[in-house]
Amino acid sequence: MGKVKEEAQVLSQERIGVGIYSLWLRAEQIAKTAAPGQFVSLYCQDGARLLPRPISLCEIQPEQGKLRLVYRVAGAGTREFSALSAGDTVEVLGPLGNGFPLKPGKVLVVGGGIGVPPLLELARHLPGEVQLVMGYRTGETYLEQELSEAGTLYLATEDGSRGTPGNVLDAIRAHGLTAEVLYACGPLPMLRALKAFAEETGMEAWVSMEERMACGIGACLACVCQSTEVDSHSQVKNKRVCQDGPVFNAREIEL
Amino acid sequence: MNLSVNLAGVELKNPVMTASGTFGSGMEYSELVDLNRLGAVVTKGVANVPWPGNPTPRIAETASGMLNAIGLQNPGVEVFCQRDLPFLKQFDTRVIVNVCGHTEEEYLAVVERLGDEPVDLLEINISCPNVKEGGIAFGQNPGAVERITAAVKKKAKQPVIMKLSPNVTDITETARAAEAGGADVLSLINTLTGMKIDVHRRTFALANQTGGLSGPAVKPVAVRMVYQTARAVSIPIIGMGGIRTGEDAVEFLLAGASAVSVGTANFRNPAATVEVLEGLEAYMKQYGMERISEIKLR
Repeated sequence: MGKVKEEAQVLSQERIGVGIYSLWLRAEQIAKTAAPGQFVSLYCQDGARLLPRPISLCEIQPEQGKLRLVYRVAGAGTREFSALSAGDTVEVLGPLGNGFPLKPGKVLVVGGGIGVPPLLELARHLPGEVQLVMGYRTGETYLEQELSEAGTLYLATEDGSRGTPGNVLDAIRAHGLTAEVLYACGPLPMLRALKAFAEETGMEAWVSMEERMACGIGACLACVCQSTEVDSHSQVKNKRVCQDGPVFNAREIEL
Repeated sequence: MNLSVNLAGVELKNPVMTASGTFGSGMEYSELVDLNRLGAVVTKGVANVPWPGNPTPRIAETASGMLNAIGLQNPGVEVFCQRDLPFLKQFDTRVIVNVCGHTEEEYLAVVERLGDEPVDLLEINISCPNVKEGGIAFGQNPGAVERITAAVKKKAKQPVIMKLSPNVTDITETARAAEAGGADVLSLINTLTGMKIDVHRRTFALANQTGGLSGPAVKPVAVRMVYQTARAVSIPIIGMGGIRTGEDAVEFLLAGASAVSVGTANFRNPAATVEVLEGLEAYMKQYGMERISEIKLR
C-alpha cells in the first residue's frame, strides 16, 4: 500500500509508435513500492481537465526512483502529456491498484494494443518459463526488443506483416503454446476470448481491466466491473477496477 | 482565529466538509488526507439495502467539470453501520450520513436504522439525477419535498439536512418547502443534469445517457442558488458546487452559506479539502477576521 502524490520529474520522452509515447519519470516514493501491474494517476496541468489519467507502469526501477510509462494519445489529456520533455514536472498519484500475482511454472503473457506495456515489467519478474504473445495492428510494433529479452516472444499482427496473421489467440494456436498460468492485458474482446481459452484448457487466468476512473483510489465507484459473486466491499456484484483490480482472476469477473 | 460553525445545534470545528459521493466513507482518502482536519465527513448515499448502481461508463470529463451517473451504488445501511461508521468514529470529525431511497418508506427505513448510531446529522438526498425513482423525483416538486421532509423529521433522531436539486426553475420554492416540512439545514447544489456525446463513436459518453454535472463549471450556478436560497429561508445552508480553493469557499460563505462541501475537487487533488481549509484560514488572516460569521457581503 502506501499511496502518495508526488511531483515527478520528467527525465525523457520519445514517440515509439503511431501515437504511442514512452515517458521516463523520476518519482522516487512511488517507484520504491510499485509492483508489476499497478498503475499511476497523472494529473493534467490544464485546470479545465479535472480528472487524473490512469496509466499502467511499463518499467519500475526502485533503486533509481524511476518509472517508465508507455501510453497512447487518446484525447486532450494524453496529448498534453505527450508534450512533456526532460526537466518538466507532472503530478503523479500512486502506486495504485493491486498488480499481478507472480506465479511459478510455465506461463503465457498475452498483450494486445495498448495492453502491452504493463506486461513487460511482469515478464521480468516471473520466475518460471515465460512465453510472451503480443498482438499489434501492423508490423510497426513497440517494446519488441525489451519484450524479447524478457522471454520467448511470439507476435501476431492484424495485417499479417509480422508473426502470425490475426490475433493473439491465432498465434497461441499456431505455435501450440501451453502453460499453467495465463496473464493478459488488452481490449475487452481479447480478454473475453482468452478467458474462454483458459477455461477450455484448464489454465489459471489473470486479466488486467480498464475502465473510466475519477478518484483512482476506490472511493467514487465510477470504474466498477461486474463480479461473478457478491463482492464483500460493495455488497453487490461489482468490483472496483482501480482498487480491487486492475488485475483479477478471470473467474472472479464477468467479461 | 475560531473557525467553528454551528449547524442545528451541532458544532463543527470548521465549515469544510466533503460532498456526498466523492469521498466514499472516508476510508480510501484517509491514506492521503488527515480526516481529523475536516469539519465533517459527509458519506456517500446509503440506502436500506445494497444498490448495484448504473452500468459503465459511469463518468465522463467535460470542460472544467465532469458528468457522473454512478447511480448511488452503496453497500446498504447494515454494512455501513457495521463497517464504515466505526471506521469514521476513530476520527475527530463530525459524521453526516447521506440517505437515499426509491420510496418514502426506504428513506425512513435508513433514518430509523441510524437513529441510535453515532451519527451527527442526516443529509437526505432528494436530488440525485441518476436514479429513476426517488432522488430527483422527490426533489423537483415542492409538495413532495415538504411531505418527505416532514416524514423524515418525524422519525429522525438527528438533525435533518435536505439536499436540494438545482434542476428546477426556482430553487427557493423547494427550499421553502423543505423549511416548511421542518428541515434543520439545507445543502445545495446537487449536480446539474447534463449529457455528453462521443462524436467519434457517435454514442453517449455515459451508459446512462445523462449524468450529473459537477466541478468548477457549475460554481457560478451554485453561488447564485445559495444566494437566492439564503434570502428565502432562515435555516442554515451548506454550499457546494465546484469548490477547489479557500477563496471558492469564501465565495459561498459570502453568498450566505454557513458551511461548505468539497466534492469533485477531491478527484483532482486528494488533499483538496485540507487545502480549502488552509486557504480559508489564509483569507481570514489576510482580512483580520476572527470568526467565520465575519465573512459577510458588504
